[in-house]
Amino acid sequence: MSDHHDHDHDHDHAPITVDELPGYFDLMETAVRELLVERKLFKAEEIRRQIEVLDSRTPALGAKVVARAWTDPAFKSRLLENGRSGCEELGITFYDDTQLIVLENTGAVHNLIVCTLCSCYPRPVLGLPPDWYKLKPYRARAVHEPRAVLEEFGTFIPGDVEIRVSDSTAIIRYLVLPMRPEGTEHLNETQLADLVTRDAMIGVIQVAYKREAA
Amino acid sequence: MEGSLLAKIEKISGVVPAEGEVPVFNEGDTVVIATRSPIGHYRMPTYLRGKIGKIEAIMRQMAVDNEEEGYGRNAGSKGHYYRVAIPMTEIWPDYIGSANDGLRIEIFENWLEKPSDV
Repeated sequence: MSDHHDHDHDHDHAPITVDELPGYFDLMETAVRELLVERKLFKAEEIRRQIEVLDSRTPALGAKVVARAWTDPAFKSRLLENGRSGCEELGITFYDDTQLIVLENTGAVHNLIVCTLCSCYPRPVLGLPPDWYKLKPYRARAVHEPRAVLEEFGTFIPGDVEIRVSDSTAIIRYLVLPMRPEGTEHLNETQLADLVTRDAMIGVIQVAYKREAA
Repeated sequence: MEGSLLAKIEKISGVVPAEGEVPVFNEGDTVVIATRSPIGHYRMPTYLRGKIGKIEAIMRQMAVDNEEEGYGRNAGSKGHYYRVAIPMTEIWPDYIGSANDGLRIEIFENWLEKPSDV
């Protein structure tokens, strides 16, 4: 390839180049991966496939689970009994050995999830975690001053409501089932799912519903 | 209830469970989290060591002991995880919030002790 940027494009842009040298961990990852492939422990195709699996997961899946639980009491009870098989009912597959506990928010209990040791997250149903979830301030403070953390997210939980923080350290992952907001009785399952965002399923916010101005 | 993560298992007379198959702790038991500091990989956060909690649920799907797994030794190291409830005020004497606020965490069997053992 020449430096000259001249091919068929309907827009202009600077040549796309990689100038930075790979860092220590980039090199280590490449070296380990190439060795594992070379030793035939797994194939390049399997790595590509797994990345594709992970990238196909988004909070929209979790929102679908929440909306179903809000509208179908029998499903909700199965989901609270076994989070993994509940999600699997909706076609959300789990590609690893993790189990899922669905934590129901009520008028008496508000759940918050964290992984103090690393970044365990219900990836099969929510996709990749947000950066703040993986960083030390959230991980350390969520278990020490959860109310202050929630307030920074704009969430105020009354003193008589119990805050329950679940610290994910094992083969169990968590998904928060937020409370269905008032005034949503007329919404169907799809419309309800649209209200449910990632942060509500981590437990840092509650689901809000504002009727659109006519 | 069958196949549930948290369900109780019926005991049938004449069925002999394998070593380690019967959970050591029951729901409602008070437990003390060990204060050891092993070398290698394990999943017991420092901030909870020595704290007292209550078994809320037994994770029925047994799992490999991380401390063994960290060295590639998986065989024969399966045990139970327990969902343990610990009040925030037990963990942090200076906790700001309601006395009802609490933490939940799954802890592997070999990190839990009965209060009488301590």
